[in-house]
Amino acid sequence: MSGASSWSLGEDDHHRIQGLLGGFLRESNARTALLVDRTGQMVATAGESPAFDATSFASLAAADFSANDQLARLIGEAEFGSLFHQGEKESMYLADIARRVILVVLFDNRTTLGLVKLRVKGTVGELSQLFIEMFSRQGGIAPRVEQDFLGDAEDEIDRLFGE
Amino acid sequence: MSMINYASREINCKLVYYGPGLGGKTTNLEHVYNKVAPGAKGKMISLATETERTLFFDFLPVDLGTIRGFKTRFHLYTVPGQVYYNASRKLILKGVDGVVFVADSQVERMEANIEAMQNLYDNMAQHGYDLTRIPFVIQYNKRDLPNAAPVGDLQAALNPGWLVEEPARQRPAPDPYHEGEMLVSHQEEGWVERAAYFEAVAMTGDGVFDTLKAVSKLVLKTLG
Repeated sequence: MSGASSWSLGEDDHHRIQGLLGGFLRESNARTALLVDRTGQMVATAGESPAFDATSFASLAAADFSANDQLARLIGEAEFGSLFHQGEKESMYLADIARRVILVVLFDNRTTLGLVKLRVKGTVGELSQLFIEMFSRQGGIAPRVEQDFLGDAEDEIDRLFGE
Repeated sequence: MSMINYASREINCKLVYYGPGLGGKTTNLEHVYNKVAPGAKGKMISLATETERTLFFDFLPVDLGTIRGFKTRFHLYTVPGQVYYNASRKLILKGVDGVVFVADSQVERMEANIEAMQNLYDNMAQHGYDLTRIPFVIQYNKRDLPNAAPVGDLQAALNPGWLVEEPARQRPAPDPYHEGEMLVSHQEEGWVERAAYFEAVAMTGDGVFDTLKAVSKLVLKTLG
């Protein structure tokens, strides 16, 4: 393995993830659930569509979690398994999934932190199992794209970055 | 770590601009941001101090559009150049698909360049990545300054090359960007490979897109 491990998300995994997130949102009354991978890429969203820039959100959420991970180590903790950011109307709860993915829950005053925390627990367990299964199934095999894709992508790079 | 999402039909790749403080990493991203068509770019995010030094990172998503049914996007990141932000530098490298090292050509910055390059190798190794085996290009920035060191000196100090272990790759490879120069060549110690390099003036945009084009194409090749 030369660089970072790549992975792919298939239709079946996507449906299972959506099922779990949908169930969680119904039980917790939270607005939106997002899955962001630790490198800052959005993996899935469920519930109300976010009105903000989701790409920026994902990169900042991953950075937030990583920075807090390092803070945990400095004070002698292995990790902070979850984080809570409280706003006046909107709040965020973040939880680690199998050390590779972060569950971000957005909620407002239609629910409470207590209920969100309670429901997150079970969902984290189920999602962790799903992702561990998914990663072991892929076994470090890098996902591949077709040769035609590469040719077209190179043309697009020349066009877009051609100034 | 490129991620292929077959459900949403998206491919995302992460590029990181690394290098010494005030070398022009953020300026590279700003130029890309200013020049790329509005529909192809997302918001540029800078986590910087009041004096505009990068504190955590700059982030710019660039969209290649939909290629063969896959929405393809590059996420461009810079790291803080200052050594005392090493913890955040290291975090940004997590899951990197391609690295651009932005060197400051000024003679006085040679030590800082070497230190940053060593730090890049070390931080990559701590993540378990091997810099010699992932897409990696070097940009010699600030070529317009009178105190810019000759490219030969910068190459000798920052891009001396590494031994090619794989037999299949032990053959001469010309440098497609510089006529008469080689990327892989046979030296006294064996087959040696160097990273591709580019001369740039990021302030005016010279060389910025050449660098980005080269590293993005290398990253795409790893997907095929």
